[in-house]
Order: sequence, then structure tokens, then C-alpha cells
Amino acid sequence: MTTVDIRDLLSGPEPDPAGDAGHTAHPERAGFFTDTSVCIGCKACEVACKEWNAIPEDGLSLTGMSYDNSEGLGASTWRHVAFVEQSVPVRAPDPPPPADPVTPGAEVPRPEGRTELRWLMASDVCKHCTHAACLDVCPTGSLFRTEFGTVVVQEDICNGCGYCVPACPYGVIEQRPDDGRAFKCTMCYDRLGAGQEPACAKACPTESIQFGPLDELRETAARRVEQLHEAGVTDARLYGHEPDDGVGGDGAFFLLLDEPEVYGLPPDPVVTTRDLPAMWKHAGAAALALLGGVTAAFLGSPAGRGATTVRGRTTARAAARTAATAARAAAHRRGTRR
Amino acid sequence: MTGSDVTRDGPRGERPGREAVPAALQPGKPPGTGRRRKGKGRGEQLMVPRAEFRSYYGRPVVKAPAWQARDIAGYFFTGGLAGAGSVLAAGAGLTGRHATAKAMKVSSLAAISLSTAALIHDLGRPERFANMLRVIKPTSPMSVGSWLLAGYGPAAGAAAGSALTGLLPRAGRAATGVAAMLGPAVAAYTAVLAADTAVPAWHDAHRELPYVFTASATAAAAGMALTLAPARENGPARNAALLAAAGEAVAVRLMKRRTGIVAETYEQGRGGRLLRAAERLTAGGALGAALLGRHRAAAVASGLALLAGSACTRFGIFHAGIASAEDPRYTVVPQRERLDSRPPEHGNGRSERPGRHDRNERKAQA
Ligand code: SF4
Ligand code: SF4
Repeated sequence: MTTVDIRDLLSGPEPDPAGDAGHTAHPERAGFFTDTSVCIGCKACEVACKEWNAIPEDGLSLTGMSYDNSEGLGASTWRHVAFVEQSVPVRAPDPPPPADPVTPGAEVPRPEGRTELRWLMASDVCKHCTHAACLDVCPTGSLFRTEFGTVVVQEDICNGCGYCVPACPYGVIEQRPDDGRAFKCTMCYDRLGAGQEPACAKACPTESIQFGPLDELRETAARRVEQLHEAGVTDARLYGHEPDDGVGGDGAFFLLLDEPEVYGLPPDPVVTTRDLPAMWKHAGAAALALLGGVTAAFLGSPAGRGATTVRGRTTARAAARTAATAARAAAHRRGTRR
Repeated sequence: MTGSDVTRDGPRGERPGREAVPAALQPGKPPGTGRRRKGKGRGEQLMVPRAEFRSYYGRPVVKAPAWQARDIAGYFFTGGLAGAGSVLAAGAGLTGRHATAKAMKVSSLAAISLSTAALIHDLGRPERFANMLRVIKPTSPMSVGSWLLAGYGPAAGAAAGSALTGLLPRAGRAATGVAAMLGPAVAAYTAVLAADTAVPAWHDAHRELPYVFTASATAAAAGMALTLAPARENGPARNAALLAAAGEAVAVRLMKRRTGIVAETYEQGRGGRLLRAAERLTAGGALGAALLGRHRAAAVASGLALLAGSACTRFGIFHAGIASAEDPRYTVVPQRERLDSRPPEHGNGRSERPGRHDRNERKAQA
């Protein structure tokens, strides 16, 4: 073995997250493929998830955001159906020429320039990232990687430090205000253990939510996107399927019909711990700068002599210059990778 | 292209006068009154057009931490004050400035106690604080920090105890040394804690934030020394204040340059106000100490300004982070720019990808 780049452990492709978390002889990595092109916005997934996981009610308000009144993923919303209303150019095929023209010269209207309503619906969920920032930063070990390669919070360990909340690049996990602890989708860990599919996938009437081994889902998704392109739906694109993206690929990925940000998803999420080695390096340099600066401050003001002697002042100024240069150099020395 | 007809502010393209309009949106009122200005991609009502971006009803993409500013920004401030204070205490002890050494040891103990109390107070389940020491996790700055505090706290306590009682001087000296070695780490790690998140203003500043934090910590400790120590001993504190103020100014400038549009959160709103106050207080305190620090009253005033400046820096950075997480602009725009500047075969989330056509063509040829 040659040298291991620590960054490879924190980001990049990772074929076996469960195995690397210490699970031996574990089942295949489980995943969700959410094909939003067939979603009808029935919210069966939201309801099934709430019911199965006994998630408390978290507000009954009308938001004015189309049919979306659950607003987004959170501590008590683990499946969230987004609704986007758009006007798009009419994409109807040219009408066939009338077989028997009654009025000579009459034109059949063409759809050019007209717009029609397009209603996008998408069921969002925790991505069960290959490199999960929430799990990386959890100081208690409450968040862990299961044998299915999913990411789960242990309620009996979480102390509500809230660090996972801002760490997640998708804004998924959240603390429940009256409880203090963090909650999110478990991909129905209990059901998986009993050989059943998660409640949302079970309830979805259109198979917009597909559950299965992640590798198989990736193949299905590639076929589906090709099929849609052939059918003229050029907007169709996959999101979160690539193992070399910023989070090492999502365990729950999507087929979208518009840019991810339109659905409230980050266009290019990155696991924050990818940059952790750089952060520790700079923190080390900054700590040394503190030690060095204070040492210089003492050297610049020897005991018994006032700090205002000419010598003392020059030294302090020189030290200030050195420290500023060092800080600037260190900040610039970010290396070629970011 | 496509566009949403229904936005969170109501439908667009409607015939006017057909709906009751909330008072705040009626003509004649300046835009933004009566409702919270959220970064909307559409922004028709905004006077100044801003970078175009798309979002889901202007809702945030990442979640801001639920941390209380008083607890967590306070914990950054007191942690820095304690850590840098231990270094000053050790230096003062070694150079025979005993009054300063004793004062700084007590100050560090008090600050680190406050810091730990704030951290525990902010937990959703404070009674489970000990779970922090369940594991050792280098990928979690909070875990690393908990262990650091577990080592530093007792050392700071022993140093202060020995200095106050005069008991066990040798152990006291050893504890002072340990606290001085761990102190800079205590002051620096909180920057990593903030930066190791998806909060744009913190993560994007991850290279500069540690220098900002240690410089701010040094300014606070120097301020404390100026406030507490006799004027004849405060030479090093005055030097340290100057160094820290200069270092912080440079690091903050670099941080703003690095963070691109996200730097707006360091310049506007509550974060901007606090950081401007911090700049003035720190510079004023450092200059006051350098020029007039031999007079006790001026030294105390300068010291208090430095302490206040450091606190403003921490609260300013805290609030800038919250603002950057709450506005989807700061998540979406930089990511979109990064994506669009990347060669298409890496996938940029758009459908017009040459790579995909290539693939189809290759397939057709086969
Ligand atoms: S989406 Fe967020 S909460 Fe879910 S695994 Fe990834 S980082 Fe964790
Ligand atoms: S809130 Fe709970 S799950 Fe989240 S990081 Fe803290 S201890 Fe871990």
C-alpha cells in the first residue's frame, strides 16, 4: 500500500460505506430512487412516513406555496413533497394536416409562443450520503452508518448539540424544539431489518419512490432517463447519482425535470469535512501564530524596562510585520486543491 | 424558459386589482416594509437587481443552526479569552510579572468555566453532556474540542488555584505550562467548529477563520490583562494588543475577499454592524493601549474596548453565518457558478449536456 490521502477517506467515491464503517458480511447498500416524472403529488409518502415512524404533528398552516403545506424536510417531516408551478412553452406535437380540408386556406393554429402550466412534484428525503457530514461531525456517535449503508440517529444517545443541523449540505436533519434532540429519516431501519421496504416506497402508488439495492437503482435510473430523452423530455436529469460528486453520491437520488435549486436542492453539494484537513492545518498554524505573537509581545517588552523604549517599539513593530506576513502567507498557501 | 407563476408572495402575471393586497405590498410603500426581505430569485419588487438565481419559494437550502447567539458566540469569545489568557499568564509568570500572571490565571479559569457552561446550556439535552466524551472523533471538531476542554479546564483550574492559594507551587507551574500549551488550541478549534458546516459564511472562510479567531482571542486576553494588571506590568499586553489588532484586520480582510458574494453577510445586517463595531473597538483599544497604556485609567478603558471588540467579532461572525444560511442566494449562487465553470462531463445538473448527446450518438452508432 502506498500513502493514503486522508482526503480520500473524507470525500470522493466510496464503494462500500457499510464495510468501511466496520460491518462485516453486510447486506447490499439500500437506496431510494425517486423518479419525480411520475409523481402525482398525492403525499401518500408523507403520510405513511408520519404514521409508521409515529412522528408528531408539526404545525398545520397554509403556506401559499402551491399544494405544499409541509414546507420542507425537518425534525418531524422526513418525506416532503415539493410543488412547483411553472409556465413553459407548449410542447404539443404539430397537429396532423386535416384529412379533408373543408375551408380552403384555413390554418390549424400552432402552439408556437403559447405557454402552458407545468406542475412539478417531487418527494424529497434524507440523501443518506456516502460521505455524510451529519455523521462526520456528530460528537457523541449518536449518528451512525448502518449495515445497509444508511445513516441513522440513535435517540438514546443524541444530546442535542445541534452540530449535525448546519453540517448537512441539504438542510435535512433538524432538532425538534420541544425535545431538543435531532431527528431525520432512518430509511425505516426497523422495516429494513425485517426484510420490508420503507413505508414511503410501499405507499407510493405510482412507483415514483423506488427502493432497492443502490447499484440496481442506478441502472434503472440511467435507463429511465434515456427513455425520457428519447420521448423528447430533454429536461430530465439525474441528481445525486454520481459516486464522484461532492458527497460521494447519495444513497437516495432523484430524477428531476428542472435544475435542482428549483426543488430546493443544492446544485453542487459538498461534504464539509472534505476540507477538514485544511481547516485543522490552518487552525494549527493560527495556534502557533498566537503562541509566536504573544512570545514576540513579551520579547518586545523585557521585564524591568518600559515597553516604550525605542528598542521595544521597533521590535514590536517588526513582530507585527512578521505575524501579518505569516498570516497572509498561510492563508494563501491553501494548496492547489480547495 | 420556465418560470414559476406562483411565488410565495402570490401569483405573478395576474391582472391587477383583482385581489386584496396586504397593506405592506400596496403601492406607495417602500419595498420590503412589512415583510421580511428574503432573497427571492425573482425579485421584481426589488429596486436594485441582484444576481439572478432560482430557488424553491425563497426557502433556505441549508438549515441554520438552532444555537443561541449568547451561548455559542459567547462560548467562542470566552474560550478564546481563556486560551490566549493562559499564554499571557505563562509569559507573565516567566518574566516576573506576578500580578498579571495571577490575574490572567483567574480570568482564564472564569472564562473557561463560563464557556463550558454556555456550551452545556445550549444542548437540547444538557443532562447528556457526558455523551460528548463517549467517543473520540477527529472528524468532529466538537468532539476534539470537548476533549481539549477536558484537558485544558483542569489545567487552568489548577493553575488558578495554586496562584490564589500559594499551595503546591511546582504543580501550579506545571499546570500553567500545560494550560499555555493547550490554550492556543482552545482558541483556534472553535473556528474549525464553525467552518466545518455547510453554513456558507463559515465554510467558505475556513482558511481565514482560525486566524481571525486566534487574533481576536489574543486581543481579548490582552484587553483583560490591561484591565486587571498594574500599569507597570502591562508592556507585553500592549504589544500583544497591537499585534492582535493588526492580525485580525488582515485576516478579516482576506476572509471577506475570499468569500465572494457571501461576504455581503459580513458587511450587511446585524453581522455587518457588529463587525464594524468590532473593527473600531479593537483598533481604538489597541492604539489607546499603545499610546496611553502607561496610565492606569487609559489602560483600563483600552482593555475594555479590546474585550468588547473581540466579543463583537465573535457575535458578528455568528450572525453573518446565520444570515448566510437563511438566504438561499448564498448557497445556490456560489454552487451554481462552480458547477457552470466545470467541464460538462463532470455533470452540472443541467440537461443541455454535450456529454449526454455524445453518449446517445455513440449508442446510435453501435
Ligand atoms: S442528507 Fe444530510 S442528514 Fe441525510 S445523510 Fe446526508 S448529511 Fe446526513
Ligand atoms: S444533535 Fe445529536 S445527532 Fe446531531 S450531532 Fe449532536 S449529538 Fe449528534
